[in-house]
Amino acid sequence: MVRIIAFFAGLFFALALLWSFGKGLVSYVTSPPAATAEHAFHLAPRPLHLASDGPFGKFDMQQVQRGFQVYKEVCSNCHALHEVAFRDLKAIGYNDDEVKAIAAGFKVPHYDARTGEVKTVNGLPTDHFPPVVYGGQGSPPDLSLITKARHGGAAYVYSLLTGFQKQPAALLAHFPEAKTPDGLYYNPYFANLNIAMPPPLTADGQVSYKDNTPATVDQMAQDVAAFLVWTAEPKLENRHQAGFATVGFLIFATVLAYMAYRNVWADKKH
Amino acid sequence: MSFPWANHYKPSHPFMVYLDEKLPLPRFVYNAIGAGYPVPRNLNYMWNFGVLAGFCLLLQIVTGVVLAMHYAANSGIAFDSVEHIMRDVNYGWLLRYAHANGASAFFAVVYIHIFRGFFYGSYKPPREMIWLLGVAIFLLMMATAFMGYVLPWGQMSYWGAQVITGLFSAIPIVGNGLHTWLLGGFAPVDATLNRFYALHFLLPFVILGMIILHIWSLHIPGSSNPTGVEVKSESDTVPFHPYYTAKDGFGLGCFLVVYCLMMFYAPNALGHPDNYIPANPMQTPAHIVPEWYFWPFYAILRAFTQDFFMIPAKLMGVLAMFSSILVWFFLPWLDRSPVRSGHYRPLHRKFFWVLVADVVLLGWCGGSPAEEPYVMISQLAAVYYFVHFLIVLPIVSSIEKPEPLPFSITESVLGKDDQAALAGAPASA
Amino acid sequence: MADDAVIDAPPHDADEIGGARRRDFINVAAVSAAGVGALAVLLPLISQMSPSADVLADSTTEVDLSGIQAGQGIVAVYRSQPLFVRRLMPREIAEAEAVPISTLRDPETLEQRTKSGKTEWLITMGVCTHLGCVPQGIVSTQNRGEFGGYFCPCHGSQYDTAARIRKGPAPKNLVVPDYVFKTDTAIKVG
Repeated sequence: MVRIIAFFAGLFFALALLWSFGKGLVSYVTSPPAATAEHAFHLAPRPLHLASDGPFGKFDMQQVQRGFQVYKEVCSNCHALHEVAFRDLKAIGYNDDEVKAIAAGFKVPHYDARTGEVKTVNGLPTDHFPPVVYGGQGSPPDLSLITKARHGGAAYVYSLLTGFQKQPAALLAHFPEAKTPDGLYYNPYFANLNIAMPPPLTADGQVSYKDNTPATVDQMAQDVAAFLVWTAEPKLENRHQAGFATVGFLIFATVLAYMAYRNVWADKKH
Repeated sequence: MSFPWANHYKPSHPFMVYLDEKLPLPRFVYNAIGAGYPVPRNLNYMWNFGVLAGFCLLLQIVTGVVLAMHYAANSGIAFDSVEHIMRDVNYGWLLRYAHANGASAFFAVVYIHIFRGFFYGSYKPPREMIWLLGVAIFLLMMATAFMGYVLPWGQMSYWGAQVITGLFSAIPIVGNGLHTWLLGGFAPVDATLNRFYALHFLLPFVILGMIILHIWSLHIPGSSNPTGVEVKSESDTVPFHPYYTAKDGFGLGCFLVVYCLMMFYAPNALGHPDNYIPANPMQTPAHIVPEWYFWPFYAILRAFTQDFFMIPAKLMGVLAMFSSILVWFFLPWLDRSPVRSGHYRPLHRKFFWVLVADVVLLGWCGGSPAEEPYVMISQLAAVYYFVHFLIVLPIVSSIEKPEPLPFSITESVLGKDDQAALAGAPASA
Repeated sequence: MADDAVIDAPPHDADEIGGARRRDFINVAAVSAAGVGALAVLLPLISQMSPSADVLADSTTEVDLSGIQAGQGIVAVYRSQPLFVRRLMPREIAEAEAVPISTLRDPETLEQRTKSGKTEWLITMGVCTHLGCVPQGIVSTQNRGEFGGYFCPCHGSQYDTAARIRKGPAPKNLVVPDYVFKTDTAIKVG
């Protein structure tokens, strides 16, 4: 009885699915999905190699500090870094006084319990990076976790920053309706090709690095990507090191466990 | 379970004798997972995954309880509290990655455990109760994992909660009311987050209880084995301890190596980047997908794109998705072949591998965007899924001619069994 | 696994005894490794309960002393606990100095409990050393007890004008935290 009911239940689901399939197939053949500009012109991120990559990767602190400088002088005008506290910057090689000076350079909102007003005061090391008020078009995302929140991670950030260009003629020829609207900028690494962010890194030397690294646009983009890897995963080095010790120990213990297993079974064929 | 040759617990130390009289817990453990439990000697590595699944549950409970000490279930700060764990709590990053990847590991292990059951006919009498409890455990796991994924309150958390609770709105008449009741609001809100947190904490302990029942019912007939031939004599078995404790120890080591490699070196590989974006009720991500372990079922849900007679496509999808798991409950009565193991069932064996490929294909479609050709592929794959369980298995079990079975486990291992000669059974080649 | 034909037979060769010993050693080693691993797992599980980085970073407090007149006090917050900052009047200083040290339960002079040259600034935790309640008396309108310092309403501990325990169940004087004068009117605690 169960099997008779099952047979008809199976038939029911199969027919319902084949009905959906048939209708889908007909519409697929009669009106195939139109190619879109996104589909044809979107590019995967260009490869970016950072010192923090790979199982033994460590941050290149010089680079991360340069990236922070780029963030501070360029990105922070529009993008917040909400999850990061100023005190965290000690981990990328700043000392207490430098951290204090950096914090004091940011205005953070402070609620005064006596007056009930929210005033902005100079930041303290214990404060987080303050919110950024942005009145323009689009909504600049918080950058704290951006390299974990986008497919491609750091390579995506790097590619996006260096990927601004003129809309290709081929695109306009094939998809005239996909012309970049006014106020947006063409960038093939952005999901829908048109991004509200104007090119932030425009000229070599836009930032003057303290360590005299030539501040080319490419270099600045790489550096800020490295910095944003750190903001997204400040414990990355701990993770790599703990992983090495743990996996090493586990392999050793597993070899022992295998030998013990063979011992125990030595007199039993199985 | 009572094999007459099972070892008996004999405490020697006076304290253990006293304890055995007042609280025979050591005796219980001895008979459950110690030397007092005779197990078929021929279990292969596929039989390691039950113990591993139990380990995964404990791993999730331990890491989950300590994460609960730092997590805040409030839609305003839930996301930041997870980042607080990742950045400020001592070893918080380790605990959170262990828990997040632990969920994936748990499902991977349980899927192998379930497919072991499919291949070796572990669901067949006298073990059907073990199987029924197992399917119930799997359903509880899915509920727990889903609610846990909502807790970080990222974009995928939020929209996952929205979409999965939305399934219930497909139910005629009561659906919309049920949906609002489940959420405690008209969209995922604080009330939703709080109840999911409470249930996410509770359900693992319900699962733990179910696992105890699962193992209890296992001890009535004893473990099955790769031949599917029941234990006949003492030479067919070995005591669980030390034989299978040693083997499970090795299996656990191998599992931990793979798990730790994932956790330490690719901790976000199985997660979705969008869940690192705080929940935004005003904007749905471009492609919303559940975690990988739900992909096959998600593909079945999405495969129904047309109303079928009077039934709306939405209801069909929900019905089919739930049926795709509920059908496992009926497996012991759908597959009536007297032979258990796929080793001796040439036709069943072939269809088993088709099923494996089919589920992988469904999973691939479920993880892909809802566009062609993925939808059409998932429709065909879903057809096979239902036909396999509801039509193929019953028919195969009637028409298949099984290969000859060994007389006993001992014979299958050693090539001969003296008792077979006594019983006058012909030795198989 | 074993490829020989001898099944289920215990080793009987004399040479096997050494082998048996080696096998025992491996089994013990394997179990020990599992034990070491289990212990190592305890480290993060225990460590996660101690104060997190943000709590530790918050463990210094700066207090502005300007505007506090003699006889007044304010309550600041240090490590999520009340910090009493009190400017003593000359009369209170004289009272505290007049007490014979030998009669005290926790013998300390006012000199020892303040910074040299800044005796008028009494900086203590506002946490009773008995069971952790907040004593009254930092504001002059509150009950200051018999000794004019602080009075803990929970179990009746009484502190004098140097915040020393004089009467009641508390075992110790109110704790003086580590602090430094950054300027004449600002201190940094912690």
